[in-house]
Amino acid sequence: MNRGASSFNIVSVALGLAFLYLPIAILVTYSFNASRLVTIWGGWSLAWYRELFHDDAVLQAAWVSLRVAALSATAATILGTLAAIALTRLGRFRTRLLFSGMVYAPLVMPEVITGLSLLLLFVALGVDRGFWTIVIAHTTLTMCFVTVIVQSRLVTFDRSLEEAAMDLGCPPLQTFLTITLPLVAPAIAAGWMLAFSLSLDDLVIASFTTGPGATTLPIRIYSEVRLGVKPEINAVCTIMIAFVAFGSIASSLVAKRGAAQRERAALGAQV
Amino acid sequence: MRTSADNRNWSARAILLLPYLWLVIFFLAPFVIVLKISLSQTALAQPPYLPVFDASAGWVGLMELAKQLSADSFRLVLSDSIYLWSYLRSLQIAAISTFALLVIGYPIAYGMARAPRAWQPPLVMAIVLPFWTSFLIRIYAWINILQRDGILNDLLMRLHAIDGPAAWLSSDTAIYIGMVYSYLPFMVLPLYAVLERMDESLLEAAADLGCPRRKAFWLVTVPLSLPGVAAGALLCFIPIVGEFVIPDLLGGSESLMIGQTLWTEFFSNRDWPVASAIAVALLGLLLVPILFYERLQQRSLEGSRS
Repeated sequence: MNRGASSFNIVSVALGLAFLYLPIAILVTYSFNASRLVTIWGGWSLAWYRELFHDDAVLQAAWVSLRVAALSATAATILGTLAAIALTRLGRFRTRLLFSGMVYAPLVMPEVITGLSLLLLFVALGVDRGFWTIVIAHTTLTMCFVTVIVQSRLVTFDRSLEEAAMDLGCPPLQTFLTITLPLVAPAIAAGWMLAFSLSLDDLVIASFTTGPGATTLPIRIYSEVRLGVKPEINAVCTIMIAFVAFGSIASSLVAKRGAAQRERAALGAQV
Repeated sequence: MRTSADNRNWSARAILLLPYLWLVIFFLAPFVIVLKISLSQTALAQPPYLPVFDASAGWVGLMELAKQLSADSFRLVLSDSIYLWSYLRSLQIAAISTFALLVIGYPIAYGMARAPRAWQPPLVMAIVLPFWTSFLIRIYAWINILQRDGILNDLLMRLHAIDGPAAWLSSDTAIYIGMVYSYLPFMVLPLYAVLERMDESLLEAAADLGCPRRKAFWLVTVPLSLPGVAAGALLCFIPIVGEFVIPDLLGGSESLMIGQTLWTEFFSNRDWPVASAIAVALLGLLLVPILFYERLQQRSLEGSRS
């Protein structure tokens, strides 16, 4: 529905975007503030960034976070994609309701519950908490997001391409690898990116499942923030925002290219 | 023919097995353990609860365990008014936040759906992008603005709207601002998805029949967007009830939301059985909205297939 936007429509969208972006813009600006005080502008400066690169605790936490995010996002993408295929392609199977329930529940489950329950599981199993328990926890949390993204691509997917390949004698596994996988690849990539950024972002579940020596960046930032605003934290946040902005712009360009290719392929098929 | 069917069955099982096992072990089993520990007693031990299940004792161990279970933690959680107030406060904050999100989010989603076609993907992207930056960072950004010597007070004092610095931070206002700010994309996107698909001709028909635009909005657009309203409201309401970071960083310390109470019981008081009982009760409270949300999700993802 787009019968032309009224001025009320334009104003509400503009105000909404301003509300979303203004606080982030302020944060980024003040990370370059030479003054330590928030309200006093002391001129442009990179002092906080310099200080940051000498802060070993923050750098180490960032390194832990990046490794946790990369590992858990990869595991979550594999598990989430399999779950999406199972939900779209297997039709009815016994305990399907239980399975889909388990897949969708973590999307809305309050983080304190997920974190507490995973911690108690690790304690009951006698597992030492640390790096790997965070990876497992984040995999469990993020695989469901991957499933939803991949599943929404699979349900709109043109099955006739697969059927054509199979009719021409292509074995199922090869059909999956050469037809299905390339077509849903943008959704899988988007799922990985989302899983990665969710893991990088998570404070609550990581706090429950962490152990000695495995401090992630959000845990570090949180303990600093509780003591008050510090310009160094503004600088950390700005770097993370730049990282995310770069990543999402890159991924949207990839997705656009994929869409253009698909369109070309569809046109070719029609001709 | 038979072999290919068997083959299919086997490969289907292989696809399902890995995610199924993972979720049973790391999602379902933990809840059983939470339930068990909520029925245990606090102890000065490591782990700090009794009884501890001894798997080597087998069936006898299990029977021993069953005898020692107690509902003390639940009795405490249900009788102590601290916990009850905590739940009520969480529900109140979640309800008001969800309503505010709906009032603020609806015009945004509506405006997006009426924007020119070519503008819509970048607009969706613009709404989603802040969600990809860290949750913690977005809350932290508001501390910069709302604190006593922060930007908002500075601006208001320069405009002579207030004489001295006002306490924005550590208040309910700050919590509501944080909630609306963090959850806005979760409200706008489901609403937009419904509004964007709406059939324009219905509004034309209403107009042709002499219905004024404003009335047509309430009689046609709003009822048709109700599935989006339900999805958005549930997507916001459920996590907000259990929210920890936002009330902890932006709210005051005098009355806690239930997520904070659970956190304090666990990390500060080290009372694992009570923390587990709080979690079980919270889950019970959210069970109906979660099941409702799951049905919506299933319908939207799987319904379009048939």
